[in-house]
Amino acid sequence: MDEILHKRIDDLIKSNDVILFMKGSPQAPQCGFSARVVDVLDDVGVKYASFNILSDAEMRQGVKDYANWPTFPQLYVQGEFIGGCDIVTEMYANGELQALFKQA
Amino acid sequence: MNASQAIETEIERRLRAAMPDARIELRDLTSTADHWQAVVVSAAFEGKTPVARQRAVFAALGEMMHGPIHALTLKTLTPAQARQA
Repeated sequence: MDEILHKRIDDLIKSNDVILFMKGSPQAPQCGFSARVVDVLDDVGVKYASFNILSDAEMRQGVKDYANWPTFPQLYVQGEFIGGCDIVTEMYANGELQALFKQA
Repeated sequence: MNASQAIETEIERRLRAAMPDARIELRDLTSTADHWQAVVVSAAFEGKTPVARQRAVFAALGEMMHGPIHALTLKTLTPAQARQA
């Protein structure tokens, strides 16, 4: 991957405690899976940054390559890749997500 | 064979190539053959995190994730977890 693009993604992830790479915005998600993770994060009550990958084709591909993960949304907490919609939803259901934010 | 069945067969073929013991349940969520739900049961998931399990599935599906499959809802279970479910 292009070094500048890699650094751009790296900086975003490291400068935000919680960041969601998604389709659309938290106010107007453009995909059901992104919408579900927004709902979960709002319900947990955590503050998070978001990045709309539909607004930037280079970032859309770059973020996929960065995490070696082919789909969106993608959630990062304190620099760590947590997962996509299935994993976040499951962690929410079993309380792991809430515990993660309590530590954070 | 319709498009949905063709994709289903290819998903199963690729998953079995990577995880020969896999039990696979697939659902075409939208009847458009591009939004899938999959339950995959394999001993290969033993000792792996949810992220590592999904990466293994994505790796097995390869370029299918960049073309015919637009969305994939995944449940990855070990045989022991599947018995409890």
